[in-house]
Amino acid sequence: MAYDKFTVLTSTAVPLPAENVDTDQIIPARFLKATEREGFGDNLFRDWRYDVEGNPKKDFVLNDPTFSGKILVAGKNFGSGSSREHAVWAIYDYGFRCVVSSFFADIFKNNCLNIGVLPVTVSPEFADKLLDAITNDPSTEIDVSIPAQTITLLATGDSESFDINSYKKENMQNGFDDIDYLLNMESEIDEFEKTRQ
Amino acid sequence: MEKTTLFDKIWDAHVVRSVPSGPDVFFIDKHFIHEVTSPVAFLNLEKRGVTVKYPHRTIATPDHNVPTIHQDQTIKDKLSRMQVERLRDNCKKYGIELHDLGSAHHGIVHVIGPELGITQPGMTIVCGDSHTSTHGAFGAIAFGIGTSEVEMVLATQCIMQSKPKKMRITVDGELGAGVTSKDIILYIISKISAAGATGYFVEYAGSAIQSLSMEARMTICNMSIEMGARGGLIAPDETTFNYLKGKQYSPSGKAWDQAVAEWSALRTDEDAVFDKEFTFDATDIEPMITYGTNPGMGIKVKGTIPTTEGMEGSNKTSYLKSLDYMGFAPGEPVKGKKVDYVFVGSCTNGRIEDIRSVASFVKGHKKADNITAWIVPGSKEVEKMAHEEGLVKILEEAGFELRQPGCSACLAMNDDKIPSGKYAVSTSNRNFEGRQGPGARTMLASPLTVAAVAVTGMITDPREVFES
Repeated sequence: MAYDKFTVLTSTAVPLPAENVDTDQIIPARFLKATEREGFGDNLFRDWRYDVEGNPKKDFVLNDPTFSGKILVAGKNFGSGSSREHAVWAIYDYGFRCVVSSFFADIFKNNCLNIGVLPVTVSPEFADKLLDAITNDPSTEIDVSIPAQTITLLATGDSESFDINSYKKENMQNGFDDIDYLLNMESEIDEFEKTRQ
Repeated sequence: MEKTTLFDKIWDAHVVRSVPSGPDVFFIDKHFIHEVTSPVAFLNLEKRGVTVKYPHRTIATPDHNVPTIHQDQTIKDKLSRMQVERLRDNCKKYGIELHDLGSAHHGIVHVIGPELGITQPGMTIVCGDSHTSTHGAFGAIAFGIGTSEVEMVLATQCIMQSKPKKMRITVDGELGAGVTSKDIILYIISKISAAGATGYFVEYAGSAIQSLSMEARMTICNMSIEMGARGGLIAPDETTFNYLKGKQYSPSGKAWDQAVAEWSALRTDEDAVFDKEFTFDATDIEPMITYGTNPGMGIKVKGTIPTTEGMEGSNKTSYLKSLDYMGFAPGEPVKGKKVDYVFVGSCTNGRIEDIRSVASFVKGHKKADNITAWIVPGSKEVEKMAHEEGLVKILEEAGFELRQPGCSACLAMNDDKIPSGKYAVSTSNRNFEGRQGPGARTMLASPLTVAAVAVTGMITDPREVFES
């Protein structure tokens, strides 16, 4: 479905430096049983966030009131494994609009772009710089600009540019999704379909 | 003429339009759906007022959350039942072919597609499940998609995709006794890491790959995603054609001859260039097992867990956290470690050949007392064959519990969960934290290794227990 427009986001961020975070950690399979896209944020990182009795685990970052914001700065190879879009729904529903990492899994990245969460790939050095800055000062603000394709640490002015193809860039800025595009080329697809019998 | 790869040939034949500085509008021949990743897609279609464009190109089956006992009864878990009922409603409403619970061709979506002959060379196939890569074994481009993309396929039969880079992994030589295709893929992933093929689509080639059966090829392609690849494929050959001949949805008569002629042309040109290549020697591969919490953390069954030498920062922290979860220490051997559960099943190793191999090895043996052994066929067809071939009797005599088809303990969405802290040696595809149940400790291995573990009750190299 069409989503909120995304142009520039300025926010504090939550650090999650763990590497190889798979989508089973982001949302465990037992929470995929809904038939509607609602309430997934409550189970974001469920087994890292709560113990078996459902009590918050104090050492997990989402339970640390020091950190908050609409940006999640994650470790290398974020979102690997299952193709479950529920993982991104959980991230979105929790309140994040942007995930930053030095390396994303492919399907996860596509899923993000399809529902209006911006995946920003930065260099490993810049990812470390962001993680250090947030950890040292949780009030650190980060600015993410789609028009300029830059991510900036506001306090120091440290900045890096990121890639996004011009099609997706326009989609994100206007809140369009792929189905809008595809439905507009129905007759072209119909012609093609006849050749694939 | 430009030399192209098998992947290029299939991809390029399915591009409806290339968006300038954007993705390709990519046409999908076959679309599989299941109960977990499709309901929101159908819901959104309704909200948009759009219908399913080509219902005959979509095939459905409930597999992820279904119980593996009493499938003839109403599903007890309310949420699971609702998802399955929603799938039934949607299939009925839009005229989509459904292989429902209890029907002759019910099963895991990636097992029934090939079994029915729906999966064919040269096709593009997607499903809201990352193990859709399984179908690549037939020389098809097959990969997992998210629910937004499921909606796109239902509405337009297309998705928007940027073409991945190309990787070839060649495995030459002859496999040793007791070494299976599961060991090949666990070995490859351990060499190139759980993220080593991210951004790529893989072609598997070489004499060791060509010598494999279709079932064994599916095991390899299935786990392509576990090294980050979108998918993996193998050029179709006589083995492929022999498997497909006579299947329910395979072409027949003149159409068969024509199809085989077309399929035979589906191969990588001799001088075609890949973005990345790896070559492995089959004689270096031994029975493998994972010791950590991603599929790249694999070693020889008789090997030792790597030390932290050369690791630093978050890399080392993540590694130690993973070993801590597993209850293992760097530098120790895994052989001889006590195991609580074995699981034979899943879209990776739930096919008839896998069940045959376990049965042939446990015949005349009993499982160890400390082991709970579950065997879950990938489909009704597999279950039927296992009964007809007498395999079920052998397995039950050995103390295995045979369950009904479904994804089961591979992702533990139903009641088939490994208890917290317990060790399971599993033929499935993911050893992530909590994958087989909260706190469960999963070690991935081949059906043969699982058979050896079942009998001895501990991590065992199958070559040391059974005569080959």
